[in-house]
Amino acid sequence: MLAKRIIPCLDIKNGRTVKGTNFINLRDAGDPVELGRIYSEQGADELVFLDIIATSDKRKTLVSLVEKIAREINIPFTVGGGISRVEDVKELLRAGADKVSINSAAVYRPELISELAARFGNQCIVLAIDANFVNGKWKVFTHGGRRETDKELFAWAREGQERGAGEILFTAMTRDGTKDGFELGANKILAQTLRIPVIASGGAGTLHHFSDVFLQADVDAALAASVFHYGEIKIKDLKHKLKEDGIEVRI
Amino acid sequence: MNIAIIDYGAGNVRSVQFALERLGYSGKLTADAGEISWADKVIFPGVGEASSAMAALRQYGLDEVIPQLKQPVLGICLGLQLMGSYSEEGDTECLGIFPAKAVAFPENLKVPQVGWNTLAALKSPLFRGVHAGEYAYFVHSYYVAVNDFTVAQSEYGLPFSAALAKDNFFACQFHPEKSGKTGEQVLRNFLEIQK
Repeated sequence: MLAKRIIPCLDIKNGRTVKGTNFINLRDAGDPVELGRIYSEQGADELVFLDIIATSDKRKTLVSLVEKIAREINIPFTVGGGISRVEDVKELLRAGADKVSINSAAVYRPELISELAARFGNQCIVLAIDANFVNGKWKVFTHGGRRETDKELFAWAREGQERGAGEILFTAMTRDGTKDGFELGANKILAQTLRIPVIASGGAGTLHHFSDVFLQADVDAALAASVFHYGEIKIKDLKHKLKEDGIEVRI
Repeated sequence: MNIAIIDYGAGNVRSVQFALERLGYSGKLTADAGEISWADKVIFPGVGEASSAMAALRQYGLDEVIPQLKQPVLGICLGLQLMGSYSEEGDTECLGIFPAKAVAFPENLKVPQVGWNTLAALKSPLFRGVHAGEYAYFVHSYYVAVNDFTVAQSEYGLPFSAALAKDNFFACQFHPEKSGKTGEQVLRNFLEIQK
């Protein structure tokens, strides 16, 4: 049976790992390659590396980091951050990334999803969506959650799927950095209405929160950063707790 | 040992190369028919869409070369599907090494299947030291049904071939290069197969 996935996310800035609370107040938490290897040994199912200040002149640094990660780590990983061109994706996949996640660039030019899916296959295109609950609606935000758009979460996720995204990574800005638990309602709607896997992100604080998002929202994967980085949750303990709760996990 | 990793622009070939390096081997990325024919072992990776991958193989003349290879060959993911006779994806005639068709997963399942799934009914030297119930990493939207050449099964809504073997040809639907220690064991087993 297909297992539910636990995905530590490593935010990268200048080749180092950072994690913010509600996208600000960044703190340094180490070397991405080293951290990635530790997570892999602890039983992480995949890794996500997000370059939070990626710009075209920094792209080379990211590509060489991706290559280092690919050399060391024997589980799949996704790379994201500032990806806007087919050429960026080609370089990152070529360096050894298994998937790329795209976010703002796809919002402003949705054809990017179609182009990437046609060129590289939908299995390696993760559409990352940051959304916040504003006036009774889940609105899509870009630029690391700083800019509100007129897109609505569910419609955008569906469009992403139709255009060829292979997975949706939904970050609930209402929860991100709060450690109050994952957003259950919106994740459940995504998981029930989409035909592609959904990764829930934002709000992980306790082992229980992970069980909740799998059992109540039926997402395919759960992503978290700080609870793993600062050792508040050990992936091994988490997997055992999930198994106890009747959730299929790889141990 | 000369290991050729077929590099025809449709695979995450570096990941395979790095996985071999972690095991102490080195693999050469190549689309050269001569290099591939002379290699001791050939790895045939693939991600992406079937018809464009077949077109790329034809462009390099590899559609003729691969089925004729006599040394151990390991297809990975799309590589497995292309080693069959036909894929529904892009209505594609494939290499015909296995008399098997790749068909789309039914509509009611999430596609692609992404993630770690268990291996069962293991029956090939490829799985020496690997136990039923171990997990491997899969990413695919099409599958090959269980058939006479199936040497590992998995289940996603329905049973499907996680691996195939016939004579010198081996193929995994999962990514051994991304499947942690289980995947490393499969790769090691493949590299240790004697001609």
